[in-house]
Amino acid sequence: MSVAVATPQTAEPVFHVVDEHAHPEGASTMLGFWLYLMSDCLIFAILFATYGVLGANYAAGPAPKDLFDLKLVAVNTAMLLLSSITYGFAMLEMARARVGATQLWLGITGLFGLAFLGIELYEFAHMIHEGATPQRSAFLSSFFTLVGTHGLHVTFGIVWLVTLMVQVARTGLIEANRRRLMCLSMFWHFLDVVWIGVFTFVYLLGTLR
Amino acid sequence: MFTNPDIVKAIFGRLSLESLPLHEPIVVLAFIGTALGGAAVAAGITYFKLWGYLWREWFTTVDHKRIGIMYMILGVVMLLRGFADAIMMRIQQAMAFNGSEGYLNAHHYDQIFTAHGVIMIFFVAMPMVTGLMNYVVPLQIGARDVSFPFLNNFSFWMTTAGAVLVMISLFVGEFARTGWLAYPPLSNIGYSPDVGVDYYIWSLQVAGVGTLLSGVNLICTIVKLRAPGMTMMRMPIFTWTSLCTNILIVASFPVLTAVLALLTLDRYVGTNFFTNDFGGNPMMYVNLIWIWGHPEVYILILPAFGIFSEVAATFSGKRLFGYTSMVYATVVITILSYLVWLHHFFTMGSGASVNSFFGITTMIISIPTGAKMFNWLFTMYRGRIRYDLPMMWTVAFMLTFVIGGMTGVLLAVPPADFVLHNSLFLVAHFHNVIIGGVVFGAFAGIAYWFPKAFGFKLDVFWGKVSFWCWVVGFYFAFMPLYVLGLMGVTRRLRVFDDPSYQIWFAIAAFGAFLVLIGIVAFLIQIAVSVMRREQLRDVTGDPWNGRTLEWATSSPPPDYNFAFTPMVRDADAWWDMKKHGYSRPLGGFKPIHIPSNTGTGVILAGLSTVMSFGLIWYIWWLAALSFIALLAVAIGHTFNYHRDYHIPADEVVRVEDERTRLLAAGARP
Repeated sequence: MSVAVATPQTAEPVFHVVDEHAHPEGASTMLGFWLYLMSDCLIFAILFATYGVLGANYAAGPAPKDLFDLKLVAVNTAMLLLSSITYGFAMLEMARARVGATQLWLGITGLFGLAFLGIELYEFAHMIHEGATPQRSAFLSSFFTLVGTHGLHVTFGIVWLVTLMVQVARTGLIEANRRRLMCLSMFWHFLDVVWIGVFTFVYLLGTLR
Repeated sequence: MFTNPDIVKAIFGRLSLESLPLHEPIVVLAFIGTALGGAAVAAGITYFKLWGYLWREWFTTVDHKRIGIMYMILGVVMLLRGFADAIMMRIQQAMAFNGSEGYLNAHHYDQIFTAHGVIMIFFVAMPMVTGLMNYVVPLQIGARDVSFPFLNNFSFWMTTAGAVLVMISLFVGEFARTGWLAYPPLSNIGYSPDVGVDYYIWSLQVAGVGTLLSGVNLICTIVKLRAPGMTMMRMPIFTWTSLCTNILIVASFPVLTAVLALLTLDRYVGTNFFTNDFGGNPMMYVNLIWIWGHPEVYILILPAFGIFSEVAATFSGKRLFGYTSMVYATVVITILSYLVWLHHFFTMGSGASVNSFFGITTMIISIPTGAKMFNWLFTMYRGRIRYDLPMMWTVAFMLTFVIGGMTGVLLAVPPADFVLHNSLFLVAHFHNVIIGGVVFGAFAGIAYWFPKAFGFKLDVFWGKVSFWCWVVGFYFAFMPLYVLGLMGVTRRLRVFDDPSYQIWFAIAAFGAFLVLIGIVAFLIQIAVSVMRREQLRDVTGDPWNGRTLEWATSSPPPDYNFAFTPMVRDADAWWDMKKHGYSRPLGGFKPIHIPSNTGTGVILAGLSTVMSFGLIWYIWWLAALSFIALLAVAIGHTFNYHRDYHIPADEVVRVEDERTRLLAAGARP
């Protein structure tokens, strides 16, 4: 524990804790998960950097202007942002200890996540159909990898969400499940933040370029 | 059915009988040796009916002490493999003159130098450093375990899974022939179409998961689980360096993961990140991998610095000189280690300004490092120095590391680097700092903490044999390489034309044989110590008159480390306790809450190995199946909410009474 304990050197020295309180389980989980998220953030940082370096290497192939459909991406972004709001509602319900409402909002969050993935896959399929494959140029390699890695994270997030919904259904909103929902909440919002970066740097700046 | 090539390909991917290197007699011999050794160990375990014990008490353990010991064993075992590669290279280079081709063909030789580098860094140095941190840090901060005990077990097995993959590559297929960092375009599919680079990628990715998670785990442990009263500036220096190292791990290993993933995509999917055409840029890889790679060397050396600090203070019988400056030096090195990566490729052509910047930042690192050196010297100054084994390693380190540091500063000068880049001078430099720093540090740490882990000291005679062979052998093996580097010999060469080099390579080979004796003497030392354990026994738990909390408990410590959580009033907490009339509590014990063992970590790591094997050989069904199994086991594990139990107070009383009895018996003679 990092709590500073006043230990006056003059008093009779005390060398051990006699009346020990139990360490609450999972006391380090939030810090640990934050650290994991930051390491994940670094992976995205590398992918952004790679996109920044290679993103203009079209190799005489299609450029962002030829490929990106901002309206579609705007809808997609809305799906993800809404899913973050609904996750927030789920957490509010969790604080009120209402299992049913929590599950409902979690379910809605998952549906928004699925919608996001569906639109993303449609966009990818469309681009590949047009010949803009990841193999076509370094720009497309880094584009598909950055956006795809984010999509992969959302996919795992949905798997995790379903797992937690099953666990909440089985054991209710016990302390362990609350902690897990909290971690997934951080993960989900983190993906939102990353997506805002993707939307800005890849899509908006891409269509300007 | 087996005549249909499509079906065979679907089942076995690229794997065929030709994948076994039966045409390489040396590899076949190595295989026979390894197989016989492995069979002997397995037979011994079966004969003594130890499988159940090993599984219950060791493989599935979540106790940081046992996991730490397993890390050390992994490191020592892989050291034998990595050193076998080293001595093969030394013999080859000493032989291949005057038209002789030596005894290794190019195909094999290139795998050996790659495997040597990868194994020594990832599967020797990293496990040893992680093992020592795992064992010592919770004890030093007065904790009962790490923050996430199950994750700790999982991390260890993932590291082991990576090592297993590297070992498989020796006998099924081949390893990379690209050098230890696998630069593209050479490592791309066009130039390395075989499985070697894939083995490289997947073994590092699997082991990397373990390293990252253990980094997160130890940061949380240090931040959250310190005993009351232990403020940041009262943490032992080894704990400080461990904290900085683990921060470096968490902040750099994701970069390795990402860059290897991009290389994977280039190889498997055909993307163009690091290719020569379609806009790819191989230099991007070199930059990214060194953004991980440079912090990596500080990940290795910082804990070694911590060990030397503990040893210097303990064996000089003095408080560490300049504790605060030591902490700040460590933190400054941590930060600077991110600002120097470009010095690994000054010759890339970034221009004078960029090279100057990175040259200067590199030289600046020598300032905090020099400060540390003076702190150790001043700790020894007017101390009552006891030249036990840990202290001998520390002094050898101080002499050797300074030489390595100076050649490092020399290489940091870009114009000098243009001459010495990729030469044996560079090879000599980094072996000088890694052997002189990390390896000596690991041996100092082993000699220092071995009595804590097992309850008896290491045999001194064989320890000294090992020490002198290592140290003298190091100088014989690497000083000639400085000379050869200045003569213009580049690294990774297999044959030579100029006969004037040969004498230097012969001297280097002699040095390698001395190191071999040093390694053998180390193994004998362990065996002799185990046999003489009753004579070497220490019942006090504090054989060196130590200063930090790990010496406050018994050797080996009980499962729960401390019956009561210590209260800390000083950086040298145990010293403070001894000086102020500490008496061991003899009653009032309570049940202690600790986590239960679990086999999930072993299973997950095993499935990761199988999945990697499938991916390496393009056996897609196997990879897919094991991936699904991996997910299922991981998710299934989260459905188990009962992962801990209480050690009953009676049991604690029994263990503590036994210690009381031993202490009394030890005090009598």
